[in-house]
Amino acid sequence: MAKRRAFDVTTLPGFTTIAILAFVLLYAPIVTLVIYSFNGGNSVNQWGGFSLQWYAIAAQNEAVQDATARSLIIAVWASVISTTVATMAALGTTRRGKFKGQTIIYVIINQPLMVPEIVTAVSLLIFFSSVKVATGYSGLGYLILAHSAFCIPFAYLPIKARLEGMDTTMETAAADLYATPWQSFRYVTLPLLLPGVIAGAMLAFIISLDNVIITEFVKSAGQDTLPTYMLGQLRRALTPEVNAISTALLGLTVLILTLFVFVTKKRD
Amino acid sequence: MSRQTPGRSKGLNGWLLSTPALILLLLAASGPLLIVAVYSVLEKGDYSGVRWILSGEGWFRVLFEKDIFDQTISLADANLSIFWRSFKLSIATTVITFAFGLPTAWFIATRPAKSRAFWLFLITIPFWTNLLIRTFAIMEVIRNQGILNTFLMHFGLISEPIQILYTDTAVLMGMTYVYLPLMVLPLYAAIDRFDFRLIEAGYDLYASRWQVLRGVILPIIKPGIIAGCILVFIPSLGAYVTPRVLGGGKNMMIGNFIELQFGQGQNWPLGAALSTVLLLVVLVSLLVYTRASSRDNPNG
Amino acid sequence: MSTNIAVDARNVGKIYGNGAGAVTALGDVSIAIEKGEFFTLLGPSGCGKTTLLRCIAGFETPTTGTIHLSGRDITYDPPYQRPVNTVFQSYALFPHLTVAQNVGFGLKMQGTPASDVAKAVERVLALVKLEAFADRLPQQLSGGQQQRVALARALAPEPEVLLLDEPLSALDLKLRKEMQSELKRLQTETGITFIFVTHDQEEALTMSNRIGVMSAGALLQVGTPHDIYESPVNRFVADFIGETNFLEGEVEGGQVRIGTGDLLAVDLNGETGGVTLAIRPEQVSVKAADAQLSGKITEATYLGTDTHYTIGLGDGSHLVARVQSNSVAAFGVGDTVGIAIDAKAVQVLKS
Repeated sequence: MAKRRAFDVTTLPGFTTIAILAFVLLYAPIVTLVIYSFNGGNSVNQWGGFSLQWYAIAAQNEAVQDATARSLIIAVWASVISTTVATMAALGTTRRGKFKGQTIIYVIINQPLMVPEIVTAVSLLIFFSSVKVATGYSGLGYLILAHSAFCIPFAYLPIKARLEGMDTTMETAAADLYATPWQSFRYVTLPLLLPGVIAGAMLAFIISLDNVIITEFVKSAGQDTLPTYMLGQLRRALTPEVNAISTALLGLTVLILTLFVFVTKKRD
Repeated sequence: MSRQTPGRSKGLNGWLLSTPALILLLLAASGPLLIVAVYSVLEKGDYSGVRWILSGEGWFRVLFEKDIFDQTISLADANLSIFWRSFKLSIATTVITFAFGLPTAWFIATRPAKSRAFWLFLITIPFWTNLLIRTFAIMEVIRNQGILNTFLMHFGLISEPIQILYTDTAVLMGMTYVYLPLMVLPLYAAIDRFDFRLIEAGYDLYASRWQVLRGVILPIIKPGIIAGCILVFIPSLGAYVTPRVLGGGKNMMIGNFIELQFGQGQNWPLGAALSTVLLLVVLVSLLVYTRASSRDNPNG
Repeated sequence: MSTNIAVDARNVGKIYGNGAGAVTALGDVSIAIEKGEFFTLLGPSGCGKTTLLRCIAGFETPTTGTIHLSGRDITYDPPYQRPVNTVFQSYALFPHLTVAQNVGFGLKMQGTPASDVAKAVERVLALVKLEAFADRLPQQLSGGQQQRVALARALAPEPEVLLLDEPLSALDLKLRKEMQSELKRLQTETGITFIFVTHDQEEALTMSNRIGVMSAGALLQVGTPHDIYESPVNRFVADFIGETNFLEGEVEGGQVRIGTGDLLAVDLNGETGGVTLAIRPEQVSVKAADAQLSGKITEATYLGTDTHYTIGLGDGSHLVARVQSNSVAAFGVGDTVGIAIDAKAVQVLKS
């Protein structure tokens, strides 16, 4: 059989086709969702021309405004807290060689990644409802606490990766040049670590914004975030308003991800 | 530098710096898990919650039920069918995501360096997209008036819409869609490290493409395969949103069943027991994974 | 207490780990380095020279012994409290700071007012001829330029002692030679005590006032380049510095009988019994015939100004002779020749 294509060790039969198919199938539903958010018609099925009406409706919907504000507040708090705490943990567990109990720390830090969300959600429901009864407090605190906790591993990993790429010679040179340990951290370690910290904060922000299950279980009545609002809409008649909100969230996610790639590529 | 032995101060500082993270996690993540285990052996309260009396009822109800009238004990068929569905769908999801994921990971890993970042970005976006959005997106596609049905009817392949939504198939499609990136990423990492000259050696020694795949490539990227399978299987098993949105109320998986106990079903001990079971299954799977990957990698 | 000693290390030892796997990086090392001198620690890798340097800098704490700086005990002081600065082998320039900010870093950490820092930075950059690069980032500079920035950064705080850890090893040959004379000039100009670490004996001989030869954690010999070269105390030092011929022999009646049976009249230096004679190749002259010793030429290599002859002696041993190409008639392989050795230049070592 005459071979028309040059032999290439990297190709396997059919793989490219399946891969392309996978990408198409992966994006088709999302693209459809986005397109229908601009549906001028009133139903989710028929296309009624291009329109921004659903975005307007969503923007004016008080419940949506309320949920958006709450989502953003929680996400900001959660990313600040989790990133700060994760930075300290990364500093404590990296570039130090092995020490006792290191594995336990890793396990606890990465636990939210491993345990199914439903289990965490249930456990927090039980725990917080007892606290609610005991203290009577039912504000945003529980949600912020829960979000901060499960955002920690997402902030931790990029910071740790960045730290591992920095050898300690810099800090040694700083100490040689009269910098106390705190000065060394402030003027050398922290500036060099900053891209990793920012990346971690961004990941934490996205993760908090996107969370569904834990938020659904932990929230009190009336404390909707955007995802729980959308989940609630499920029970009623679906309108393209949901598409509009989804597209907006998607846009925000892509924006942050692009920034993330930019921040982690810089300065190498 | 004080005169402390370096080993000790390393460890002390390490712990000290990690403490805030640990406290936060123990308070709002790991700690409550223990509470779940405790609640699973308490007695069900009248309206909700529990009474602080020890009871094996919760665990009993995981697998069995007692007939109200004649007190006969029998297997809880409904429960078992839920467990079976969860297991079946998770395995199926793992297999299908692997079938699609391997070629996709291969494709990305064999792109030239410049475009590779683009493809990686492309596969990562769905991963970071809200789970609900992705599930909604699939729902739009497979609804009776959705794209898939409209498409099939338009081309005359079917005469009326196929009811896909609210079936097991819908849940399977949803989970495959949601978890595909999780399979692709570890596979990509493994293939990226793969030494392609080994394939050349295989071809040089008369192996066919299929034989090279089976005998050279797959065994070497096995750690990536295992990682991908674990990363898909575990979340699938505990899935909640996808089966709820795509399965309606009837095709419950373990996650939905657990939620039921805290919602309408009002049986917190049962819910806690089920959660503990799920947690144990996850732990066992993780142990299997670490055992398997350390066996392949004796140097750690 | 004599205050013209800059660094006084006494009985310094450093052991890593404990039990069976313990590694002795430094044995019992004592050394006194004078103010204003260019001192080189010379030895093969693993000999402990870098460990000793790091103990002086404060990055390591000695397991035993003490280190005094101008009479003060600094053994346990952290590095940021020692008026000692280091030029690192990898330069360790801060990538997020400009050249000027790098150079001014030490002064800034000490709390010097910004205007004084700026003046000092200007002065030091002029010293290393890098004024034009003040606002560049280190990554934008060549290897040689980065090396000079590292030097400037360490000099700016005007330390009592400057430590240099093989700073020239990453440079190409021509640049190395240039930097060697640069360093020598800087040291003379600033008058700061330089402690230089290297494994390159030629470098050590070129730049140093005194050299300390180390091997396997021990200090073998301290002396001027001339002393080290002409009068090595043992075989290792003789072998490590320059080229040496070694002939085994026995002391016999005030002279040494070597393997060929010949008797050589040399300065015994108090040795008796079995001895090793260390003879530099340039101290070996080759004649047509009739000399102290005789042998047959097995190799002749013409190197331009010099010619190297390897001459086999009767008992199987060899001597390498280095002669100026013009002064002697050229000999060829296989020729039998006479060999004269400058007895005064022979170093007698214990076997």
